[in-house]
Amino acid sequence: MIPNADLAKEIIAKRIAKELKDGQLVNLGIGLPTLVSNYVPEEVQVIFQSENGMVGMGPMPEVGMEDKNITNAGGIPVTVLPGGAFFDSSISFALIRGGHVDITVLGALEVDQEGNLANWIIPGKMVPGMGGAMDLVVGAKKVIVAMQHTSKGQPKILKKCRLPLTAKGEVNMIVTELCVLEVTEKGLILKEIYKDTTVEEIKNLTEAELIIPEDIKTMNI
Amino acid sequence: MKKVVDIDDIKPLIKDGMTLMIGGFLACGTPEKLIDLLVDMNVKELTIIANDTAFPDRGIGRLVVNGQVKKVIVSHIGTNPETGRLMNEGKMEVELCPQGTLIERIRAGGAGLGGVLTPTGVGTIVEEGKQKLNINGKEYILELPLKADISLVKGNIVDEMGNIFYKGTTRNFNPIIAFAADTVIVEADEIVNIGQLTPEEVMTPGVVVNYVIKGGE
Repeated sequence: MIPNADLAKEIIAKRIAKELKDGQLVNLGIGLPTLVSNYVPEEVQVIFQSENGMVGMGPMPEVGMEDKNITNAGGIPVTVLPGGAFFDSSISFALIRGGHVDITVLGALEVDQEGNLANWIIPGKMVPGMGGAMDLVVGAKKVIVAMQHTSKGQPKILKKCRLPLTAKGEVNMIVTELCVLEVTEKGLILKEIYKDTTVEEIKNLTEAELIIPEDIKTMNI
Repeated sequence: MKKVVDIDDIKPLIKDGMTLMIGGFLACGTPEKLIDLLVDMNVKELTIIANDTAFPDRGIGRLVVNGQVKKVIVSHIGTNPETGRLMNEGKMEVELCPQGTLIERIRAGGAGLGGVLTPTGVGTIVEEGKQKLNINGKEYILELPLKADISLVKGNIVDEMGNIFYKGTTRNFNPIIAFAADTVIVEADEIVNIGQLTPEEVMTPGVVVNYVIKGGE
């Protein structure tokens, strides 16, 4: 059984939150990846980076408390936590490209079994631009793709991406509402599956070849 | 040299066909009063180098909607549908550049560097037509510097020497574009006397700034 969109997003965000370790510097993309911040375990303290020029990003301000001078990379007012810092875009991308960001979480249009990612353009249809995504994917120590397993029933986890790439071979982990996949040199390993699905269902909804180990865990959320 | 001027004194500097760098990230840290001026003057055929084209009713987006832009070099156009529409109709050229590459190209332009080598974009269409170099076994793209005729910068507190202090996340592209243009104009929320900003508080040294105008709050 495939969870509906709202539940799917909650499952994905909760599972990725468990990947975050105390003290890490983390960049969450706009949209679904942002939800991860709602589920960080209390004992884990991570620092959120926003590529427009901030570390120590806090939650949205209360209504009426917005400061137009403090926004996230989506242009939305946010807060900065004590101990945070502001800087220019050159410094921000030195953090990103220089390998100082531990984890980046971002969405995908397509991802493939070689760890290639496509998420910035559908030629002729939708051209939002890459923003900071290409730098984040190349520079962060660990790249986690957060996305629903399929789009309108069609697989998004492919043998080979068909859309123009964001980066080549940089994805380390894929988390969907159905499973957790690890990208390795041998291919995609099915590490965990959601409690209400089966390996067969996942195979049917995935174009990529999956390596199925004997000890598949149930997704712990 | 007196740097603090009336906004009308800026008018003779801005001409059709110019290349402008404009600060801001989705309109946070964009000099809106200078954008007002450009819209009022209705200068045309502009090339704009900035992070993004913001929103139809805010920031750089207003110049796009008003049909004043020939080309943009930006990292993102997704929040302004008008940019996409004009691009698809062939009425405006859009050069998309990864954000971290874009800011380093601007920095290179302002810092006298011949370009930057970045791993960002290797194996994607971004590398097409560009020189690649292998350094210590890793591939890099050679990205070339960017310069402009005029940079339009937004500062929160600016002193009469042109020294700039930025609040919050308004800094973004502003301190970098302040080095990369022949003429640099700063729109200040607040203009203060010399000495009211301590040297330690200065984030952009006023020596690169030509003009300061008072912005609106």
